[in-house]
Amino acid sequence: MERPTDTALPDFRVDDPASTEGIVLEGVTKTFQERKVLDGLDFTIRRGETVVIIGRSGEGKSVLLKHIVRLLEPETGQVWIDGQEITTMGKRKLFELRKRFGMLFQGAALFDSLTIGENVGLGLKEGGGFSDEEIRERARTCLSRVGLSRVEKKLPSELSGGMKKRAGLARAIAMQPDYILYDEPTTGLDPITSDAINDLILQLQADLQVTSIVVTHDMASAFKIADRIAMISTGRIIYAAGVDETRDTDHPMVRQFIDGSAQGPLDVF
Amino acid sequence: MTAILSSIGNFSLNALSNAGRGSMLLRDIILQLPQVWRMRHEIGNQMHIVAVGSMPLVITTSIFVGAVTAVQAVYQMQAYVPMKFLGTVISKSVFIELGPVLVALVVGGRLCANYAAELGTMKVTEQIDALEMLAIDPMRHLAMPRFVATFLMMPVITIIADAIAIFSGYIVSIGTMDVTASTFKEGLLAFFEMKDLLSGLIKAFFFGAIIAMSGLFFGLNTRGGAEGVGNATMMAVVSSCVSVLVADYFLATILFQIIFGD
Repeated sequence: MERPTDTALPDFRVDDPASTEGIVLEGVTKTFQERKVLDGLDFTIRRGETVVIIGRSGEGKSVLLKHIVRLLEPETGQVWIDGQEITTMGKRKLFELRKRFGMLFQGAALFDSLTIGENVGLGLKEGGGFSDEEIRERARTCLSRVGLSRVEKKLPSELSGGMKKRAGLARAIAMQPDYILYDEPTTGLDPITSDAINDLILQLQADLQVTSIVVTHDMASAFKIADRIAMISTGRIIYAAGVDETRDTDHPMVRQFIDGSAQGPLDVF
Repeated sequence: MTAILSSIGNFSLNALSNAGRGSMLLRDIILQLPQVWRMRHEIGNQMHIVAVGSMPLVITTSIFVGAVTAVQAVYQMQAYVPMKFLGTVISKSVFIELGPVLVALVVGGRLCANYAAELGTMKVTEQIDALEMLAIDPMRHLAMPRFVATFLMMPVITIIADAIAIFSGYIVSIGTMDVTASTFKEGLLAFFEMKDLLSGLIKAFFFGAIIAMSGLFFGLNTRGGAEGVGNATMMAVVSSCVSVLVADYFLATILFQIIFGD
């Protein structure tokens, strides 16, 4: 596997991914229609931390997120979860591993034909081992944890955008995961609802002690919820640092992104 | 010239790639068949959608298929063939060809559009990814129940369509043409052979598989937004209709020249 040739890029590799707690991506490459979206990407996310991945639209943030749970498969490279390499893992083992993950999708991805209660309880129902009453109770608990009540019998089409995101989050935590992946959790929401979602993410981290990976271009959200902020550009992680360091960074690309400026090293179009 | 060769090459590669991915989809569905009992409620729901939901369409189509078969058979037979064979002609046409093929085209269009649009929308709104994240296999949860329901219900729909079409042909024959009820029945029963009915039902099983595979394949491979769902739906319906007609020829050859051939 080739290492990045650009010596200016930070090295995010770990010596022994098989004995590393957390998520390790090594040399991950993914191409869509002859465009390399991920180009030998290396990155490590340690257990218990909240990493926010920022970057321009189309830079591969969501693609990176989907590689972590093998919703997309890399052309080259490896992905390790708590020492287990997942790109060559069998389907049954992969599904077992996914039970340790919750994911909030960009559009919430609630199942249209199911009620909110059924959406939240579906993973438990299909996984077996729970009575109908236990599933209903868990769904109610998860919904109330995200501030939703008396919506169990409603259909997704009857909820607002913010409520759908919260219901999606309730579904993501229903299986009591070790990891939660957030794909643009505040996109399309008004600033007040966005802040409420940020508070919710912080509260879930405190209550559940999960490892969180958040993809966003909402810098206010990133500064509020992150332990570490990483930036993706040209298919690689080009920067990663703590919140305070990032706020004051003079890294030209990160600075341009934080300032939301059209002038700088990042191409506008 | 280069452009033409290039587009032929691209088309061939695309067709081969689709054939390969379609075969893998069929393999994945077959591997889920041991889960039939676990998915019985969903299979039951899908059977209801396939059969009961298609009934108005099947009844309307069958009535007019029977009626037009009677009118055209009388027109073609009147100078050369005794009318006592009218029932024979109508029943054999309906059992062997018109029943299974027209049901496959009409019901297939409805089901393919339904599967491709539903699964395509689920795909582009990440609902299928969400299923995977809940450790639920979309092949077991979505594809296999639709495949089994379509495969099993197509012969049932075909039998119903056959009965309605023949009854409609009978009514039109005795009501609007110079044919008596006993003449029609005599022709119908005199040359009835079980293999005619069986061949139509065997075809219906295969057509059911083709319809389900077309809808599922294009639905699960949808890309893009609303336009992608539209394209997937169109491709599913077109490929189902063409595949049914192509398969009809090969099935007819196998059934009537090899299996039921004298």
